[in-house]
Amino acid sequence: MSKVANERSVIHPYHRHPAGSQPPRVYEPYRSTPARNPSKPLIFLPHTLSEVTGPVYGHDPIAETDNDLTRQHAAAPLGERIIVTGRVLDDDGRPVSNTLIEIWQANAAGRYQHQRDQHPAPLDPNFGGAGRTLTDDNGNYRFVTIKPGAYPWFNHYNAWRPAHIHFSVFGRAFLSRLITQMYFPGDPLFAHDPVYQSVSDEKARQRMIAKFDLEATQPQWALGFRYDIVLRGPEATPFE
Amino acid sequence: MEHVPTPSQTAGPYLHIGLTNTHSVTQIAAADVPGERVRLKCRVLDVEGAPLNDAMIEIWQADANGNYKHPDDLRAPETNSRFFGFGRAGTDENGACEFETIRPGKVPGPGNSSQASHLNVAIFARGILLQLHTRIYFAGDPANDTDPVLALVPADRRDTLMALPDPKQPSSWLFDIHLRGDQETVFFDV
Repeated sequence: MSKVANERSVIHPYHRHPAGSQPPRVYEPYRSTPARNPSKPLIFLPHTLSEVTGPVYGHDPIAETDNDLTRQHAAAPLGERIIVTGRVLDDDGRPVSNTLIEIWQANAAGRYQHQRDQHPAPLDPNFGGAGRTLTDDNGNYRFVTIKPGAYPWFNHYNAWRPAHIHFSVFGRAFLSRLITQMYFPGDPLFAHDPVYQSVSDEKARQRMIAKFDLEATQPQWALGFRYDIVLRGPEATPFE
Repeated sequence: MEHVPTPSQTAGPYLHIGLTNTHSVTQIAAADVPGERVRLKCRVLDVEGAPLNDAMIEIWQADANGNYKHPDDLRAPETNSRFFGFGRAGTDENGACEFETIRPGKVPGPGNSSQASHLNVAIFARGILLQLHTRIYFAGDPANDTDPVLALVPADRRDTLMALPDPKQPSSWLFDIHLRGDQETVFFDV
Protein backbone atom coordinates (compact mmCIF):
# COMPACT_ATOMS: atom_id res chain seq x y z
CA MET A 1 0.00 0.00 0.00
CA SER A 2 1.69 3.14 -1.10
CA LYS A 3 0.84 6.33 -2.84
CA VAL A 4 3.52 8.53 -4.22
CA ALA A 5 3.18 12.25 -4.74
CA ASN A 6 4.63 13.51 -8.00
CA GLU A 7 4.43 17.28 -8.09
CA ARG A 8 0.65 17.74 -8.22
CA SER A 9 -0.09 14.25 -9.45
CA VAL A 10 -0.80 11.36 -7.19
CA ILE A 11 0.09 7.81 -8.06
CA HIS A 12 -2.07 5.00 -6.78
CA PRO A 13 -0.21 1.82 -7.62
CA TYR A 14 -2.49 -0.92 -8.97
CA HIS A 15 -3.01 -4.36 -7.52
CA ARG A 16 -0.84 -7.01 -9.14
CA HIS A 17 -2.48 -10.07 -10.70
CA PRO A 18 -3.02 -12.73 -8.02
CA ALA A 19 -1.00 -15.89 -8.67
CA GLY A 20 -2.78 -18.32 -11.01
CA SER A 21 -5.43 -15.84 -12.12
CA GLN A 22 -3.92 -15.36 -15.58
CA PRO A 23 -2.56 -17.72 -18.25
CA PRO A 24 1.21 -18.25 -18.45
CA ARG A 25 2.97 -16.53 -21.36
CA VAL A 26 4.27 -19.78 -22.76
CA TYR A 27 1.81 -22.68 -22.78
CA GLU A 28 3.21 -25.47 -24.93
CA PRO A 29 -0.12 -27.03 -25.98
CA TYR A 30 -0.99 -23.68 -27.61
CA ARG A 31 1.71 -24.07 -30.18
CA SER A 32 2.30 -20.49 -31.27
CA THR A 33 3.11 -19.26 -27.75
CA PRO A 34 6.81 -20.28 -27.45
CA ALA A 35 8.02 -18.34 -30.53
CA ARG A 36 6.07 -15.23 -29.62
CA ASN A 37 6.85 -14.71 -25.94
CA PRO A 38 10.02 -13.78 -24.09
CA SER A 39 12.34 -16.37 -22.56
CA LYS A 40 13.98 -13.88 -20.19
CA PRO A 41 12.21 -12.83 -17.00
CA LEU A 42 10.16 -9.65 -17.21
CA ILE A 43 11.51 -6.59 -15.39
CA PHE A 44 9.34 -5.74 -12.40
CA LEU A 45 8.14 -2.16 -12.85
CA PRO A 46 6.91 -0.13 -9.87
CA HIS A 47 3.98 1.87 -11.19
CA THR A 48 4.53 5.43 -12.35
CA LEU A 49 2.20 7.99 -13.86
CA SER A 50 2.82 6.27 -17.22
CA GLU A 51 1.26 2.99 -16.08
CA VAL A 52 -1.65 4.27 -13.99
CA THR A 53 -2.97 6.64 -16.63
CA GLY A 54 -4.50 5.46 -19.89
CA PRO A 55 -7.03 6.27 -22.58
CA VAL A 56 -10.14 6.71 -20.46
CA TYR A 57 -12.83 7.40 -23.04
CA GLY A 58 -13.55 5.84 -26.37
CA HIS A 59 -11.50 7.56 -29.02
CA ASP A 60 -14.31 7.48 -31.56
CA PRO A 61 -17.99 8.25 -31.16
CA ILE A 62 -20.33 5.29 -30.66
CA ALA A 63 -23.07 4.89 -33.25
CA GLU A 64 -26.60 3.81 -32.38
CA THR A 65 -26.33 0.26 -33.79
CA ASP A 66 -22.74 -0.33 -32.63
CA ASN A 67 -23.93 -2.49 -29.74
CA ASP A 68 -26.49 -4.40 -31.83
CA LEU A 69 -24.72 -6.72 -34.27
CA THR A 70 -28.08 -7.88 -35.63
CA ARG A 71 -29.00 -4.43 -36.99
CA GLN A 72 -25.85 -3.37 -38.81
CA HIS A 73 -26.82 -4.70 -42.25
CA ALA A 74 -29.73 -4.83 -44.67
CA ALA A 75 -31.39 -7.79 -42.96
CA ALA A 76 -31.06 -9.83 -39.79
CA PRO A 77 -28.14 -12.28 -39.62
CA LEU A 78 -28.77 -16.02 -39.42
CA GLY A 79 -28.34 -17.69 -36.06
CA GLU A 80 -29.60 -17.80 -32.53
CA ARG A 81 -30.20 -14.19 -31.39
CA ILE A 82 -28.71 -13.49 -27.95
CA ILE A 83 -28.33 -10.63 -25.49
CA VAL A 84 -24.99 -10.38 -23.69
CA THR A 85 -25.04 -8.05 -20.73
CA GLY A 86 -23.08 -7.47 -17.56
CA ARG A 87 -20.97 -5.08 -15.55
CA VAL A 88 -17.36 -4.00 -15.64
CA LEU A 89 -15.96 -3.75 -12.12
CA ASP A 90 -12.54 -3.26 -10.66
CA ASP A 91 -11.08 -5.77 -8.23
CA ASP A 92 -12.48 -3.85 -5.26
CA GLY A 93 -15.97 -4.09 -6.74
CA ARG A 94 -16.20 -0.49 -7.91
CA PRO A 95 -18.01 -0.03 -11.24
CA VAL A 96 -15.83 1.03 -14.16
CA SER A 97 -18.00 3.64 -15.88
CA ASN A 98 -17.77 5.13 -19.37
CA THR A 99 -15.18 2.65 -20.51
CA LEU A 100 -14.99 1.39 -24.07
CA ILE A 101 -15.84 -2.27 -24.75
CA GLU A 102 -15.16 -3.70 -28.20
CA ILE A 103 -16.22 -7.18 -29.30
CA TRP A 104 -15.69 -9.34 -32.36
CA GLN A 105 -16.79 -12.85 -33.24
CA ALA A 106 -17.46 -15.53 -35.85
CA ASN A 107 -20.91 -15.88 -37.40
CA ALA A 108 -23.38 -18.64 -36.51
CA ALA A 109 -21.61 -21.03 -38.90
CA GLY A 110 -18.23 -20.48 -37.23
CA ARG A 111 -16.79 -18.23 -39.95
CA TYR A 112 -15.14 -14.85 -39.43
CA GLN A 113 -15.64 -11.99 -41.86
CA HIS A 114 -11.88 -11.94 -42.46
CA GLN A 115 -9.82 -12.64 -45.57
CA ARG A 116 -7.51 -15.02 -43.71
CA ASP A 117 -10.33 -17.21 -42.42
CA GLN A 118 -10.56 -20.03 -44.97
CA HIS A 119 -12.86 -22.33 -43.00
CA PRO A 120 -15.32 -23.69 -45.61
CA ALA A 121 -18.42 -22.50 -43.76
CA PRO A 122 -20.72 -19.87 -45.25
CA LEU A 123 -20.20 -16.16 -44.74
CA ASP A 124 -23.32 -14.22 -43.80
CA PRO A 125 -23.74 -10.97 -45.76
CA ASN A 126 -25.79 -9.66 -42.84
CA PHE A 127 -23.17 -10.24 -40.20
CA GLY A 128 -19.90 -8.32 -39.82
CA GLY A 129 -19.19 -9.53 -36.30
CA ALA A 130 -17.93 -6.31 -34.67
CA GLY A 131 -19.53 -4.26 -31.91
CA ARG A 132 -18.66 -1.51 -29.44
CA THR A 133 -20.25 0.29 -26.54
CA LEU A 134 -19.46 2.36 -23.45
CA THR A 135 -20.36 1.21 -19.97
CA ASP A 136 -22.88 3.41 -18.16
CA ASP A 137 -22.36 5.16 -14.81
CA ASN A 138 -22.78 1.84 -12.96
CA GLY A 139 -20.45 -0.09 -15.25
CA ASN A 140 -23.30 -1.82 -17.12
CA TYR A 141 -23.12 -2.75 -20.78
CA ARG A 142 -25.36 -4.62 -23.22
CA PHE A 143 -24.91 -6.16 -26.66
CA VAL A 144 -27.37 -7.88 -28.97
CA THR A 145 -25.77 -10.39 -31.33
CA ILE A 146 -26.05 -13.99 -32.52
CA LYS A 147 -24.40 -16.99 -30.91
CA PRO A 148 -21.13 -17.68 -32.72
CA GLY A 149 -20.37 -21.17 -34.00
CA ALA A 150 -17.40 -23.35 -33.06
CA TYR A 151 -14.69 -23.53 -35.72
CA PRO A 152 -11.64 -25.62 -36.58
CA TRP A 153 -8.03 -24.39 -36.43
CA PHE A 154 -4.64 -25.86 -37.09
CA ASN A 155 -3.12 -26.05 -33.62
CA HIS A 156 -3.28 -29.85 -33.50
CA TYR A 157 -5.15 -32.71 -35.14
CA ASN A 158 -8.92 -32.13 -35.08
CA ALA A 159 -8.59 -28.87 -33.13
CA TRP A 160 -11.80 -26.88 -32.63
CA ARG A 161 -12.30 -23.65 -30.73
CA PRO A 162 -15.28 -23.55 -28.37
CA ALA A 163 -17.78 -20.84 -29.32
CA HIS A 164 -16.54 -17.49 -27.99
CA ILE A 165 -16.85 -13.73 -28.30
CA HIS A 166 -13.66 -11.66 -28.12
CA PHE A 167 -13.89 -8.82 -25.59
CA SER A 168 -11.58 -5.80 -25.41
CA VAL A 169 -11.90 -3.43 -22.43
CA PHE A 170 -9.86 -0.35 -21.52
CA GLY A 171 -10.54 0.60 -17.90
CA ARG A 172 -8.85 3.64 -16.37
CA ALA A 173 -5.18 2.73 -16.73
CA PHE A 174 -2.96 1.41 -19.49
CA LEU A 175 -2.17 -1.53 -17.22
CA SER A 176 -5.85 -2.35 -16.65
CA ARG A 177 -6.31 -3.00 -20.39
CA LEU A 178 -7.87 -6.43 -20.93
CA ILE A 179 -8.46 -8.51 -24.02
CA THR A 180 -10.19 -11.80 -23.35
CA GLN A 181 -12.74 -14.26 -24.72
CA MET A 182 -16.21 -14.91 -23.38
CA TYR A 183 -17.32 -18.54 -23.55
CA PHE A 184 -20.76 -20.14 -23.29
CA PRO A 185 -21.77 -22.45 -20.43
CA GLY A 186 -21.37 -26.19 -20.81
CA ASP A 187 -19.34 -26.24 -24.01
CA PRO A 188 -18.01 -29.78 -24.62
CA LEU A 189 -14.93 -28.34 -26.35
CA PHE A 190 -13.50 -26.78 -23.15
CA ALA A 191 -11.65 -29.99 -22.31
CA HIS A 192 -9.89 -29.97 -25.69
CA ASP A 193 -9.07 -26.30 -26.15
CA PRO A 194 -5.56 -25.14 -25.19
CA VAL A 195 -6.51 -21.46 -25.17
CA TYR A 196 -9.18 -22.05 -22.55
CA GLN A 197 -7.00 -24.63 -20.78
CA SER A 198 -4.07 -22.19 -20.58
CA VAL A 199 -5.77 -20.82 -17.47
CA SER A 200 -4.95 -23.63 -15.06
CA ASP A 201 -7.12 -22.65 -12.10
CA GLU A 202 -10.69 -23.93 -12.42
CA LYS A 203 -12.14 -20.95 -10.54
CA ALA A 204 -10.28 -18.56 -12.81
CA ARG A 205 -11.58 -20.39 -15.90
CA GLN A 206 -15.15 -20.02 -14.69
CA ARG A 207 -14.65 -16.23 -14.85
CA MET A 208 -14.44 -16.49 -18.64
CA ILE A 209 -17.80 -18.25 -19.00
CA ALA A 210 -21.06 -16.31 -19.35
CA LYS A 211 -24.07 -17.47 -17.35
CA PHE A 212 -27.46 -18.09 -18.89
CA ASP A 213 -29.75 -15.46 -17.37
CA LEU A 214 -33.52 -15.76 -17.61
CA GLU A 215 -33.92 -12.18 -16.39
CA ALA A 216 -31.79 -10.88 -19.22
CA THR A 217 -33.74 -13.08 -21.63
CA GLN A 218 -36.33 -11.19 -23.64
CA PRO A 219 -39.60 -13.13 -24.16
CA GLN A 220 -40.30 -14.14 -27.74
CA TRP A 221 -37.06 -12.48 -28.82
CA ALA A 222 -33.61 -13.52 -27.50
CA LEU A 223 -31.80 -15.61 -24.89
CA GLY A 224 -29.88 -13.59 -22.32
CA PHE A 225 -26.37 -14.24 -21.01
CA ARG A 226 -24.66 -12.43 -18.18
CA TYR A 227 -20.94 -11.78 -18.31
CA ASP A 228 -19.28 -9.59 -15.69
CA ILE A 229 -15.72 -8.44 -16.25
CA VAL A 230 -13.25 -7.61 -13.48
CA LEU A 231 -10.31 -5.31 -14.21
CA ARG A 232 -7.29 -4.59 -12.05
CA GLY A 233 -7.93 -1.63 -9.77
CA PRO A 234 -5.85 0.79 -7.73
CA GLU A 235 -4.77 0.10 -4.18
CA ALA A 236 -7.39 1.64 -1.94
CA THR A 237 -5.46 2.99 1.00
CA PRO A 238 -3.39 6.04 0.26
CA PHE A 239 0.00 6.73 1.73
CA GLU A 240 1.56 10.15 1.95
CA MET B 1 -9.30 -6.95 -3.25
CA GLU B 2 -12.66 -8.68 -3.14
CA HIS B 3 -12.73 -9.79 -6.79
CA VAL B 4 -10.13 -11.50 -8.94
CA PRO B 5 -9.50 -10.01 -12.39
CA THR B 6 -10.90 -11.82 -15.41
CA PRO B 7 -8.22 -13.90 -17.16
CA SER B 8 -6.72 -12.53 -20.34
CA GLN B 9 -6.96 -14.58 -23.55
CA THR B 10 -5.28 -14.15 -26.90
CA ALA B 11 -6.72 -11.54 -29.26
CA GLY B 12 -6.29 -14.19 -31.97
CA PRO B 13 -5.56 -13.81 -35.69
CA TYR B 14 -8.74 -11.88 -36.51
CA LEU B 15 -8.41 -8.99 -34.07
CA HIS B 16 -8.69 -6.59 -37.02
CA ILE B 17 -12.44 -7.17 -37.19
CA GLY B 18 -13.07 -5.59 -33.83
CA LEU B 19 -10.08 -3.36 -33.27
CA THR B 20 -8.17 -2.06 -36.27
CA ASN B 21 -10.26 -2.32 -39.45
CA THR B 22 -12.25 0.75 -38.60
CA HIS B 23 -10.68 1.96 -35.36
CA SER B 24 -6.96 2.22 -35.92
CA VAL B 25 -5.31 5.36 -34.59
CA THR B 26 -2.06 5.88 -36.45
CA GLN B 27 -2.06 9.65 -36.13
CA ILE B 28 -1.57 10.08 -32.41
CA ALA B 29 -0.95 13.81 -32.74
CA ALA B 30 -2.69 15.97 -35.35
CA ALA B 31 -0.50 18.35 -37.33
CA ASP B 32 -1.30 21.35 -35.13
CA VAL B 33 -0.41 19.69 -31.81
CA PRO B 34 2.63 21.44 -30.32
CA GLY B 35 5.82 19.43 -30.11
CA GLU B 36 8.62 17.87 -32.09
CA ARG B 37 7.06 15.81 -34.90
CA VAL B 38 8.04 12.15 -34.88
CA ARG B 39 7.28 9.34 -37.29
CA LEU B 40 7.62 6.03 -35.49
CA LYS B 41 8.22 2.91 -37.56
CA CYS B 42 7.70 -0.23 -35.50
CA ARG B 43 8.17 -3.88 -36.37
CA VAL B 44 7.19 -7.01 -34.41
CA LEU B 45 9.36 -10.11 -34.90
CA ASP B 46 9.29 -13.63 -33.49
CA VAL B 47 12.08 -15.88 -32.19
CA GLU B 48 13.33 -16.54 -35.74
CA GLY B 49 13.24 -12.86 -36.64
CA ALA B 50 10.18 -13.56 -38.77
CA PRO B 51 7.67 -10.69 -38.97
CA LEU B 52 4.27 -11.05 -37.32
CA ASN B 53 1.60 -10.06 -39.82
CA ASP B 54 -1.21 -10.39 -37.27
CA ALA B 55 -0.07 -8.38 -34.25
CA MET B 56 -1.48 -5.15 -32.87
CA ILE B 57 0.53 -2.43 -31.14
CA GLU B 58 -1.11 0.02 -28.77
CA ILE B 59 0.63 3.17 -27.55
CA TRP B 60 -0.04 5.50 -24.66
CA GLN B 61 2.01 8.64 -24.30
CA ALA B 62 2.25 12.06 -22.68
CA ASP B 63 2.17 15.35 -24.59
CA ALA B 64 5.22 17.49 -25.32
CA ASN B 65 5.12 18.87 -21.78
CA GLY B 66 5.00 15.43 -20.22
CA ASN B 67 1.32 15.61 -19.27
CA TYR B 68 -1.08 12.71 -19.71
CA LYS B 69 -4.65 13.39 -20.72
CA HIS B 70 -6.13 11.58 -17.75
CA PRO B 71 -8.11 12.60 -14.64
CA ASP B 72 -5.36 11.32 -12.34
CA ASP B 73 -2.75 13.57 -13.90
CA LEU B 74 -3.60 16.67 -11.90
CA ARG B 75 -0.82 18.87 -13.14
CA ALA B 76 -2.22 20.16 -16.39
CA PRO B 77 -5.96 19.87 -16.93
CA GLU B 78 -5.55 22.39 -19.74
CA THR B 79 -3.56 19.88 -21.83
CA ASN B 80 -4.13 20.52 -25.52
CA SER B 81 -7.55 19.06 -26.16
CA ARG B 82 -6.62 17.83 -29.63
CA PHE B 83 -4.05 15.52 -28.11
CA PHE B 84 -5.32 12.29 -26.57
CA GLY B 85 -2.11 10.25 -26.51
CA PHE B 86 -3.50 6.90 -27.65
CA GLY B 87 -2.50 5.06 -30.79
CA ARG B 88 -3.02 1.62 -32.21
CA ALA B 89 -2.34 -0.24 -35.42
CA GLY B 90 -2.17 -3.73 -36.82
CA THR B 91 1.09 -4.95 -38.32
CA ASP B 92 1.38 -5.62 -42.06
CA GLU B 93 3.08 -8.45 -44.01
CA ASN B 94 6.47 -7.05 -42.92
CA GLY B 95 5.47 -7.01 -39.29
CA ALA B 96 5.43 -3.23 -39.53
CA CYS B 97 3.21 -0.33 -38.57
CA GLU B 98 3.76 3.41 -38.33
CA PHE B 99 2.59 6.16 -36.03
CA GLU B 100 2.63 9.91 -36.51
CA THR B 101 3.05 11.70 -33.22
CA ILE B 102 5.04 14.18 -31.20
CA ARG B 103 7.93 13.43 -28.91
CA PRO B 104 6.58 13.24 -25.35
CA GLY B 105 8.07 15.41 -22.63
CA LYS B 106 9.62 14.22 -19.40
CA VAL B 107 7.18 12.59 -17.00
CA PRO B 108 7.56 12.60 -13.20
CA GLY B 109 9.00 9.41 -11.73
CA PRO B 110 9.20 8.11 -8.16
CA GLY B 111 10.29 10.67 -5.56
CA ASN B 112 11.91 13.63 -7.23
CA SER B 113 13.06 11.69 -10.24
CA SER B 114 12.10 12.42 -13.80
CA GLN B 115 11.47 9.90 -16.56
CA ALA B 116 13.06 10.46 -19.94
CA SER B 117 10.87 10.90 -23.00
CA HIS B 118 9.14 7.56 -23.61
CA LEU B 119 6.06 5.90 -25.07
CA ASN B 120 4.27 3.05 -23.34
CA VAL B 121 3.62 0.06 -25.58
CA ALA B 122 1.35 -2.98 -25.36
CA ILE B 123 1.54 -5.84 -27.88
CA PHE B 124 -1.34 -8.20 -28.68
CA ALA B 125 -1.37 -11.11 -31.15
CA ARG B 126 -2.23 -14.71 -31.85
CA GLY B 127 0.07 -16.71 -29.57
CA ILE B 128 0.14 -13.95 -26.94
CA LEU B 129 -2.23 -14.93 -24.13
CA LEU B 130 -1.54 -11.83 -22.01
CA GLN B 131 -0.37 -8.58 -23.59
CA LEU B 132 3.32 -7.71 -23.46
CA HIS B 133 4.32 -4.31 -22.10
CA THR B 134 7.43 -2.46 -23.16
CA ARG B 135 8.58 1.15 -23.61
CA ILE B 136 10.09 3.15 -26.43
CA TYR B 137 12.86 5.59 -25.49
CA PHE B 138 14.87 7.74 -27.91
CA ALA B 139 18.50 6.78 -28.46
CA GLY B 140 20.94 9.56 -27.62
CA ASP B 141 18.63 11.37 -25.20
CA PRO B 142 20.87 12.51 -22.31
CA ALA B 143 17.90 12.08 -19.93
CA ASN B 144 18.06 8.32 -20.50
CA ASP B 145 21.12 8.21 -18.22
CA THR B 146 19.07 9.19 -15.19
CA ASP B 147 15.75 7.52 -16.09
CA PRO B 148 14.52 5.53 -13.05
CA VAL B 149 12.93 2.79 -15.18
CA LEU B 150 15.92 2.26 -17.45
CA ALA B 151 17.96 2.01 -14.26
CA LEU B 152 16.02 -1.18 -13.44
CA VAL B 153 17.11 -2.78 -16.72
CA PRO B 154 20.47 -4.57 -16.99
CA ALA B 155 22.82 -2.21 -18.85
CA ASP B 156 23.46 -4.67 -21.67
CA ARG B 157 19.74 -4.89 -22.48
CA ARG B 158 18.80 -1.18 -22.43
CA ASP B 159 19.48 -0.86 -26.14
CA THR B 160 16.42 -3.00 -26.84
CA LEU B 161 14.24 -0.13 -25.54
CA MET B 162 15.80 2.52 -27.79
CA ALA B 163 14.22 3.79 -30.99
CA LEU B 164 16.96 4.61 -33.50
CA PRO B 165 16.94 7.51 -35.94
CA ASP B 166 16.02 6.32 -39.44
CA PRO B 167 19.08 7.16 -41.59
CA LYS B 168 16.82 7.38 -44.65
CA GLN B 169 14.22 9.82 -43.36
CA PRO B 170 14.57 12.81 -41.04
CA SER B 171 12.35 12.90 -37.94
CA SER B 172 11.68 9.18 -38.31
CA TRP B 173 12.60 6.60 -35.72
CA LEU B 174 12.85 2.82 -35.96
CA PHE B 175 11.82 0.46 -33.20
CA ASP B 176 11.98 -3.32 -33.59
CA ILE B 177 10.25 -5.50 -31.03
CA HIS B 178 11.87 -8.93 -30.77
CA LEU B 179 9.44 -11.08 -28.84
CA ARG B 180 12.10 -13.70 -28.13
CA GLY B 181 15.62 -14.71 -29.04
CA ASP B 182 19.15 -13.26 -28.93
CA GLN B 183 17.92 -9.71 -29.42
CA GLU B 184 14.89 -10.16 -27.18
CA THR B 185 13.28 -6.85 -26.22
CA VAL B 186 12.93 -6.03 -22.55
CA PHE B 187 9.35 -6.50 -21.38
CA PHE B 188 7.99 -5.21 -18.11
CA ASP B 189 5.96 -6.86 -15.40
CA VAL B 190 3.46 -4.10 -14.74
